[in-house]
Amino acid sequence: MHELEDQLVVCMKCGMCQSVCPVFDQTGREADVTRGKLALLNGLMEQMFDDPEGVYLRLNKCLLCGSCAANCPSGVSVQEIFLTARAILAGYMGLPVAKRLILRGMLANPRLFDRLTEWGARFQSVFTRPVNDIVGTSCARVMSPLIQDRHFRTLAPVPFHRQVPHLDRPAGRSGLKVAIFTGCLIDKMFPNIAHSTLKVLDHCGVGVYLPENQGCCGIPALSSGDLPTFQKLLGHSLERFERGQFDWLVTACATCTSTIHEVWPKMADGRHRDAATRLARRTMDINQYLIREAGLQPLTAPARNPHIVTYHDPCHLKKSLKVFNEPRAVINATPGCTLKEMTESDWCCGMGGSFNLQYYDISKGIGMKKAVQIRETGANVLATGCPACMIQISDMLSQAGADVAVRHPIELYAEALEK
Amino acid sequence: MIAESIVRQFKILVGEDNAWTDATDLHTYSYDAAVVDPVQPGLIVRPTTTEALGKTVRLCHENGLPLTVRGAGTNLSGGTVPLPGGVVIVTNGMKTILEINEADMYAVVQPGVVTAKLAAAVEAKGLFYPPDPGSQAVSTIGGNVAENAGGLRGLKYGVTRDYVMGVSFFDVEGNLVKSGSRTVKCATGYNLTGLMVGSEGTLGVFAEIILKLIPLPAHRKAMMAVFESLEKASETVAAIIAARIVPATLEFLDNFTIRAVEDFSKAGLPRDAAAMLLVELDGYPAQVEEDTAQVEALCRSMGATSVRVAQDAAERDRVWAARRAALSALAQLKPTLVLEDATVPCSRIPEMVAAIQRIARRYDLTIGTFGHAGDGNLHPTILTDKRNHAEWERVEKAIDDIFDEALKMGGTLSGEHGTGLAKCRYLEKETSAGTILFSSRLKRALDPKNILNPGKIIAAKV
Repeated sequence: MHELEDQLVVCMKCGMCQSVCPVFDQTGREADVTRGKLALLNGLMEQMFDDPEGVYLRLNKCLLCGSCAANCPSGVSVQEIFLTARAILAGYMGLPVAKRLILRGMLANPRLFDRLTEWGARFQSVFTRPVNDIVGTSCARVMSPLIQDRHFRTLAPVPFHRQVPHLDRPAGRSGLKVAIFTGCLIDKMFPNIAHSTLKVLDHCGVGVYLPENQGCCGIPALSSGDLPTFQKLLGHSLERFERGQFDWLVTACATCTSTIHEVWPKMADGRHRDAATRLARRTMDINQYLIREAGLQPLTAPARNPHIVTYHDPCHLKKSLKVFNEPRAVINATPGCTLKEMTESDWCCGMGGSFNLQYYDISKGIGMKKAVQIRETGANVLATGCPACMIQISDMLSQAGADVAVRHPIELYAEALEK
Repeated sequence: MIAESIVRQFKILVGEDNAWTDATDLHTYSYDAAVVDPVQPGLIVRPTTTEALGKTVRLCHENGLPLTVRGAGTNLSGGTVPLPGGVVIVTNGMKTILEINEADMYAVVQPGVVTAKLAAAVEAKGLFYPPDPGSQAVSTIGGNVAENAGGLRGLKYGVTRDYVMGVSFFDVEGNLVKSGSRTVKCATGYNLTGLMVGSEGTLGVFAEIILKLIPLPAHRKAMMAVFESLEKASETVAAIIAARIVPATLEFLDNFTIRAVEDFSKAGLPRDAAAMLLVELDGYPAQVEEDTAQVEALCRSMGATSVRVAQDAAERDRVWAARRAALSALAQLKPTLVLEDATVPCSRIPEMVAAIQRIARRYDLTIGTFGHAGDGNLHPTILTDKRNHAEWERVEKAIDDIFDEALKMGGTLSGEHGTGLAKCRYLEKETSAGTILFSSRLKRALDPKNILNPGKIIAAKV
């Protein structure tokens, strides 16, 4: 624990994190906000009380959205502290059985994970039924303790990696070439985002390197404190991407981008640190890449279906990477799309990966606030740069009975190319 | 340890989910933002109705349990640090703005309403609630009233005290007491409102607060003036006020703070400037323009090396972003930051600035000074590491000296952070033995069991 001491002492307990924490906004409990969590870690370290399980539990009641860090006057490295502390505590107590099964049994073996989700995709229509065609969600046909009353996006019938297993397309007229890190959610739930990415890169004359048998970026493992699985996944990815020739590594998933860019260099073990840092430095969000590097131009073709689009800022783009202008620029470059801002567009949607599974009530409370703010704009399309946010917002909009389509900015632009 | 049977009764009052006794949860209510030692309470209670709040107070009294009310826990003098094994009443379950009356210009709020949220709600109706403590994004009105919080606009608009028209509160037995009214004038009964403002939770527990609102100023103008000596900057502050101009805000930053802000935010501040003044004037457009021209001329005649008037809202925002970054920027330099708020009459600002410089040299400490120069409320900010015991001793001596200097100039120990735990031992120095006696008697009469936030303002007997 003592490796955390110097980082913990940076917190001056001013309490400003209370103003931005989505979980605290719902619960009003000090243990749910960063100041409280840091005090708990400090208390554990100074042996003021002895309850590592209780601290681990409270540490996990966090979206890892980074709103606190982005707003912290003292610059506390919140994410690094939390991820390290989760790893130390999980190492000390052992992971819960269910997490161990999912993380070490499935996620750590990309091929097995792929096979299992494909089987899942074949069976899901037996257990679920569509509820909202515009949002594109389903709900459980029968009572299910896992699904509860969620309205979820279903697994794609065929994942992206089956359709496009690998690619090595040379640089086109732009002279540029990127590598693509697909990301689990895009691969298995939103393959259209990956297809759209390929289409738009092609349109811009950018070459693509897409290695085979890609894995997970590792954040689910890390946020559960499973450092060994994270290191294994990191090694798996580095091996694949180090072989390719490309200028930038791009992803269309805010969480993957932020994990590679911010987390990999900090959490990689000695063996992988240099390679992870090198790759992290040339990793970029797809929107940012298109605007900053590829010079994406507005399309002039008249649009057949004008949309009012409102944009939700994923925490992992806005707060971790300060990317918020570029996704809007992509939307504005798309004919027929009129951007209309919602209030608090950068307030977290409440997803937070496994947080949504463990604390669905709180997650839903946060998400429903977002759904209301989306509906207030009158938009018929909600765009956001993160598939995890898309899952959460789809659930919320669908449960609210809203007819709002949930899309990634790149999908909108790619669609306009088709017309 | 509070007996299980008593905890049960609290749970019945506020609901199972709003009373916590788990040691791990308790630890997160052992501190506030002050640099004082944490104290573990025995129970956290979060009432969600006025009725439950009153009954919670009564139950504490019946069982002789010390109680500390907590809003956002941003207190800088330890006022929300609980008693060992005591009860913490959290007010964030009561955060409704009950009324904003545009015709009569007042608002009625529950104690847990967040200051900035009230300010925004009021502004949306073209009205203005001026007190803006640094923690306003999270601080609560209940906490602001209990601490008589200040902010950047003290010189022209006053502090929280000047906006409290009335309060209703529970006495120690849980009886509801009402004072003040929704009218501008009110001459009935004792001025209990005046007594309760700044009472730091030692005399009663707020249920509702009536706040005065004023019209939102039609026009604002900000400027930044750079000086090559501390003296010139601080003398300019005194000169502006002597010229009968009352800016809404008149802030001061010394060179150390300027450099810290610049390193932190790359805002383009002059790193070699000895001091800077940030001024904002507001009111009727014509008068604001006239005053702006006059202040600009005054700054130049007092020796400012440059004066820049913000041309638009964006530039104005940049001026204030620099000021708001001051505490953040300083906080990043060292592990422990002690933010003092000794305050002197405005005309003594030049002397106080010089005294702080002397004290920093005397004890070989890093002290950044910034703050509300216009109202005499500077924030000497000592940067240290509490784990360095030798240096910490010097810090404590420096604080003593800062207080002595402020008192010598006819000032006060605390402009806006409150007495709490941190300053109660100095209180007699500023006032008199008679004041302590009077206050103790008042406290004993109203709280015979001494359970209302004991040890704050009036020092616990050792």
